Amino acid sequence: MSTYFTEDHEWIKVDGEIGTVGISAYAANALGDVVFVELPDIGAELDKGDEAAVVESVKAASEVYAPIGGEVTAVNEVLEDAPETVNATPDGDGWFLKIKIADADELSSLMDEAKYKEYCDGL
Amino acid sequence: MTELKQTALHARHVALGAKMVPFAGYDMPVQYPLGVLKEHLHTREKAGLFDVSHMGQVFLMPSGKNFATAAKALETLVPADIQSLEPGQQRYSQFLNANGGILDDLMISRLGMKGYEHVLYLVVNAGCKVADYAHLEAHMPETVSVMVKDETLSLIALQGPSAAKVLTAFNSAVGDLVFMTHTDLELTGSMETPVWAHVSRSGYTGEDGYEISVKHEDVGRLVDALLAHDDVEAIGLGARDSLRLEAGLCLYGHDIDTSVSPIEAGLFWSIQKHRRNADAGYLGAARVAADIADKSTKRLVGIKPEGRAPAREHTEVQDLDGNRIGEITSGGFGPTAGGPVAMGYVARKFTKAGTDVQLIVRGKARLAKIAKLPFAPHNYYRGA
Repeated sequence: MSTYFTEDHEWIKVDGEIGTVGISAYAANALGDVVFVELPDIGAELDKGDEAAVVESVKAASEVYAPIGGEVTAVNEVLEDAPETVNATPDGDGWFLKIKIADADELSSLMDEAKYKEYCDGL
Repeated sequence: MTELKQTALHARHVALGAKMVPFAGYDMPVQYPLGVLKEHLHTREKAGLFDVSHMGQVFLMPSGKNFATAAKALETLVPADIQSLEPGQQRYSQFLNANGGILDDLMISRLGMKGYEHVLYLVVNAGCKVADYAHLEAHMPETVSVMVKDETLSLIALQGPSAAKVLTAFNSAVGDLVFMTHTDLELTGSMETPVWAHVSRSGYTGEDGYEISVKHEDVGRLVDALLAHDDVEAIGLGARDSLRLEAGLCLYGHDIDTSVSPIEAGLFWSIQKHRRNADAGYLGAARVAADIADKSTKRLVGIKPEGRAPAREHTEVQDLDGNRIGEITSGGFGPTAGGPVAMGYVARKFTKAGTDVQLIVRGKARLAKIAKLPFAPHNYYRGA
């Protein structure tokens, strides 16, 4: 299983043709306490860069973008009642959605973990 | 871009690990490492300390030490009754333009100190203060001088149920103040030399607490001494906003501005009875009287979204048939309310608490109810 990152701080863990999407610890920390997450409908077709979800802190709402195109196959319903899970384990139980990857070639435009760490250090 | 101004506490905010953001021309702490949510809850449970030195502090000094001269002059600009203010009392009011639109909202105090009972002390919003000072200069008669004190005075707020316990250790006399009164005295506590302070029992959180004006050179050591108390945490502008929203208090530039009158903004209570006539003699009095008589104008109300999704500023409010009836002016998550809370303007016939409405959040209609303000009960100290 490989994990890739976007410059907007989403991650996608790829397992075969399914990618699990969430936001990085860096993003969760920058947002502060998450109080609401709006998830897409299952079956929604997303293009790479489309708004996939919305995450809200006390202060503001932020968009979560699809790191890659495909069909939404699952959403993390835990976040509806326990949005704070995003802060507790952003790279685990705090995942947002699963997507059926339409074109695996799109992954090549994303960063691997080492590159992403370097990217965050430069911010 | 012009350089951001700094308050006298700037270096302390940075040292405390605050996230600094531009606000009204100042580089201000929006949150500390505790985070907005916990800062909010801490203020409601114990005590929060806020730097509000970006706000404007100005004195009106009448010639001949005649209080009535200053009071009558200020009464030409605000709806509140100023002449009846007793020494040591303060009132909330608004500067209005000739059309009755709100230029700013402010606190007005009559000093209580012997020999200074003729002086009025005003605290105005940071974002409006330059215009406010010009407005005062343009309208005060020669017999009233306008003395802006931003270059010498800092302002901090200590808010929350522990505030009185904390501050009485610095001077027991502050325990005798009731809500919307103030005094001038020395604060000592653990400090080697006392700090001379103007202390009022008021604030912007809905909690009991104090607003404390001291000289720039004294504010650092006072803040250090206050933060040394286990019950006190530094609180940023983020939690200040969620606290005031739950308390149903207006934020200038959002809930109130020149497009609305104090009556539309639900500030009728701040206008004493004999100041509600068109001939009351202040800028905008005709509009205030007209809006009191005309029951058809829009009103600021509390709005409680159902579910967990916050509805932010500019969210459209509709009736259940999908007709636009108003707009949210402040909205977010209320940590004490445990869910989303909002304020906004709706057409008069929808203002009754419990009325069902819908909010258009990211294109989706979400149910909400008109709600009584505040969302978190006020805990003001009105006497033992």
